[in-house]
Amino acid sequence: MSFTQAIIEALESLNGNKMRSGLTVLGIVIGVAAVIAMLAVGNGAQASITGSISSIGTNLLFVFSGSPNQEGPPGSGGRSGNNERPLTLGDANALLDQFAAPSVEMVAPAIQGNGLLNFSSEKTNTSISGVTPEYYQVRNLELAEGEFINQEHILGRMSVTVLGPETAIALFGHADGVVGETIRIEGQPFRIIGVLVARGGGAFGSEDNAAYIPFTTAQARLIKRGSRDQVDVIFVQATTAEAVPSAVEEVSSIIRQRHRTPVGLDDFTVFTQQDFLSIFSQITGVLTIFLGGIAGISLLVGGIGIMNIMLVSVTERTKEIGLRKALGARKRDILLQFLTESSLLSLIGGIIGIIFGWVIARIVEQVATATGNNFIPIVGWDAVLLSTGFSAAIGLFFGIYPASRAANLEPVEALRYE
Amino acid sequence: MDWVIEARSLTKTYVMGEIEVQALRDVSFDVTRGEVVAIMGPSGSGKSTMMNTLGCLDRPTSGEYILDGESVAQMNDDQLASVRNRKIGFVFQSFNLLSRLTALGNVELPLRYAGLTQGRRERAQKALEAVGLADRMTHRPYELSGGQQQRVAVARALVNNPAIIMADEPTGNLDSKVGKEIMNLLLSLNKELGTTLVIVTHDQKIAEQAQRIIRLKDGELDVIEKGNGGSA
Repeated sequence: MSFTQAIIEALESLNGNKMRSGLTVLGIVIGVAAVIAMLAVGNGAQASITGSISSIGTNLLFVFSGSPNQEGPPGSGGRSGNNERPLTLGDANALLDQFAAPSVEMVAPAIQGNGLLNFSSEKTNTSISGVTPEYYQVRNLELAEGEFINQEHILGRMSVTVLGPETAIALFGHADGVVGETIRIEGQPFRIIGVLVARGGGAFGSEDNAAYIPFTTAQARLIKRGSRDQVDVIFVQATTAEAVPSAVEEVSSIIRQRHRTPVGLDDFTVFTQQDFLSIFSQITGVLTIFLGGIAGISLLVGGIGIMNIMLVSVTERTKEIGLRKALGARKRDILLQFLTESSLLSLIGGIIGIIFGWVIARIVEQVATATGNNFIPIVGWDAVLLSTGFSAAIGLFFGIYPASRAANLEPVEALRYE
Repeated sequence: MDWVIEARSLTKTYVMGEIEVQALRDVSFDVTRGEVVAIMGPSGSGKSTMMNTLGCLDRPTSGEYILDGESVAQMNDDQLASVRNRKIGFVFQSFNLLSRLTALGNVELPLRYAGLTQGRRERAQKALEAVGLADRMTHRPYELSGGQQQRVAVARALVNNPAIIMADEPTGNLDSKVGKEIMNLLLSLNKELGTTLVIVTHDQKIAEQAQRIIRLKDGELDVIEKGNGGSA
């Protein structure tokens, strides 16, 4: 029997039991749709996160205090927490040494905290960063209006602030035309000198929801730290993206020298944007596999549904199988007939499932957009091919047992079956 | 003589648990081409086993069976399937038509398994015309009367130009008038086409229309009688 013949006959047979075929297909549809949608969400999350990390700028380094591989609580082992020195303004300035650190373009120390902002009765809680004018360039910021913090503000410890657009909207209901207004941060009056351009959700909380104030002002009045010149993070801009690895080396050796820490026992951590990228792609990769795996289980359940139905169908059609054998059907004819049916079931389910999964992904996108998240689930060709192949394989795999049972029926027994 | 069936010492033993049941014991006979033969016997006489063995649905435990020049006793399943397809046409008591298919589709089935890709429709149409169902070709089995369904089955049996037609109680599910019509159809096809006809029945009236009646008893050949059918 030819292959097209087998397909036509299988379609006839499936058509003969629409309700049952439909329900069986539904199992596969749900499985495939879940796989497609989950992988799309996972890929979308990955793209969104890596995209926002990339938007920070590719030649950015972060220096934090604290060891990258802290083991045990401070005081335990050979290294005491007391020996850890915080990062200071001195450290930041030392990085500007053209000879010791030729790969460093610009340095922006910052201290960060959270605080309550209010304008008349509107309140919002947001992150507050004490920054220097360099921060603007190092972090690749863009102003929608007004100006950024300048040297004059730093020297005068002035009470001025630059707001992220979300923060501005939270306080005023709009982001434009708020320059010149005075708001209160932790009860103290600050004049708004600029508003940033919206950038979308970031990897470390939204940068749109933030307030930037002069470093010296923050240090003196808002964010108290142990010593006067302590900083929380130093942002370093390398001269080029290619210079990032050498910049890491230079920054590390300068701070190591200043903190007098032996190699391998650093009390600070240098992160590059690449490090963040790989960490987050690892996390979202695990997330994607996890989601896909759960969805895969439902596909497996759909496959077992196919096997179940095919077994019922074989039993029900025992007499038909006997007759076909009496008329000259060989084992492989019967095998082909039932395998074609189960494969068609899962293939049809797969195709509908892909469409369905794509629709779900679009719905997730709509919901994300409606709630203000810039998140686009990505239905990749790999996911489509994967789930089509997987569902066809499931149809074949779970079809083999019922089909071989049918093929191996004894014609005499099968014909006698009522 | 031109033998179409040569059965030599056919024996079939079933093992049921610890008991061995001998359904056929050392049965030998021949059938000439174009002959009409009836196989008779009370239930349990080995009639069905005989029918299954002659129809190549089952192999004898021992003995030799030559069908139209081919020794089939030692063949494997697929070879038997091929022999059934080429040399045997079956007519069953309960018609055994596929309800999803039209009359034409049912008659085409053996041609499909023969690997024929062209001319199937025409041959199936001819076969249906031969059994007098030219105007019922696109009907499905449930739209046909019992007699018409059995006619479709007869058309299906002869569409492959088989050496023999095996009819297992062909009139068992029909009333006597329609049964007579089916018997007449089978006998006239035998005359026109020269197809050997083997009828398994317990109905004496049917059996007497054959040229010879093979009577089985307890799995053994009891007697071969001459029937009232015309000479072979």
